[in-house]
Amino acid sequence: MSDPLLPPIAMLAELTHRCPLQCPYCSNPLELMKANREMDTAGWLDLFEQAADMGVLQVHLSGGEPTLRRDLEEIVRKLSSRAVYTNLITAGVGIAEGRIEALAEAGLDHVQLSLQGARPETADLVSNYKGALAKKVETARRVRAAGLPLTVNAPVHRHNIGEVEQFIELALSLDAERLEIANVQYSGWALVNRAALMPSYSAVEREIEIVEEARERLKGVLNIDFVPPDYFATYPKPCMGGWARDAFAVAPDGTVLPCHAAQTIPSLTFERFGDKSLADIWADSPAFNAFRGTDWMQEPCRSCERREIDWGGCRCQAMAIAGDAAATDPVCVKSPFRESILALVQDAQPEPESEKTGSAAESFKYRRIGAAPVT
Amino acid sequence: MQAVQERAVVTRRSRLVLPKHVRMRYDPLRQAWAVLSPERIFWPNEIGLEILRRCDGKTSVRAIIAALALEFDAEEEEISEDVIAFLQEWADNLLLRFS
Repeated sequence: MSDPLLPPIAMLAELTHRCPLQCPYCSNPLELMKANREMDTAGWLDLFEQAADMGVLQVHLSGGEPTLRRDLEEIVRKLSSRAVYTNLITAGVGIAEGRIEALAEAGLDHVQLSLQGARPETADLVSNYKGALAKKVETARRVRAAGLPLTVNAPVHRHNIGEVEQFIELALSLDAERLEIANVQYSGWALVNRAALMPSYSAVEREIEIVEEARERLKGVLNIDFVPPDYFATYPKPCMGGWARDAFAVAPDGTVLPCHAAQTIPSLTFERFGDKSLADIWADSPAFNAFRGTDWMQEPCRSCERREIDWGGCRCQAMAIAGDAAATDPVCVKSPFRESILALVQDAQPEPESEKTGSAAESFKYRRIGAAPVT
Repeated sequence: MQAVQERAVVTRRSRLVLPKHVRMRYDPLRQAWAVLSPERIFWPNEIGLEILRRCDGKTSVRAIIAALALEFDAEEEEISEDVIAFLQEWADNLLLRFS
């Protein structure tokens, strides 16, 4: 480690793996935990107290569906009392009457609502949940009525990439101030469903045109964040802004992770909050130190002028495709595995004008507890 | 139906304010002021902070420029363009609202 250890600034809390939706692009691990393995309220409150002490300023409350935790208000109240910024990441279905108001009352700062499709049929197909979109629209209305700012998050793949214009219209009509057009990242369930999710090259080009035009047109009205599909990019994304650099994730059972998908790297072992303090894990966990900084890098990363821009890209993607978690992210133009990425992209056929819902549903392995395919 | 929304342009007469969900707070650990917003954290420099602190929804941009010129011993014309550009950028990112 050549650089001094920085304090963490942001944290992703995956409070639960339970979720009413079954999206095939979910980034959760294939081995989903049941409720009985989740950390209890006291554990989470203690963890958040320690996180605030260490310098965490922003917490993303996610899952699964975080509103399934009955103690969510208590968690928000604790974070708010420490002036930590709270962002609720929700699917927005099945949220009881009065709950959003209670969360706002507890000090919640912001809500991010996911949309699986801009059309009801698409939303139903992708989430495998009947009537999802209408419920989400109602949740958005309640969020705004409670005075909370709203971000709409649209994870994009081949089954909804043709709806980007409608996502933008919908975000405006829901009075969102931010829209994330986020092309799905192939980890967790999304990796299992990669072939079914991969958009065609022409659809991605069209998507980028639409987003660029809308960004210009809606400047000062709607902030559009675009997460490009990294398989189509030249350089990798700086995953987590650098491994264990200033952010971390916590799994439902309190396991502290350098990124939410880190458990796909078999050589790493992780520690649970409670067995050790958060500060000890941040500073000393071998998993956190494995890819911290740049000393771990091999060529072509080691001598690359972008090494402190990309931080080598995604370790989990290197593991999944190059079979080596310390390799250059295979999406990088300098990676020897770049060819295999391009082959996957080229295999994706143009999206048909109208796809039979049944055939698309058959190609999905929906995310469910206990439904992990045997690999 | 949604009212038509348009980008608002910052003028000397504008009065701006940080929305409730964009919070300035001092970070004792990093010994710096942070601006917390949905998904992002900003660390404005000294002048940026002096501008933002004055965005109370009541003080006009004209008055902010005058106050800063006095404080930093500069001519108003010298700084006004930069101050307005700063405010426009923050407004475009929806980090400031017009009151």
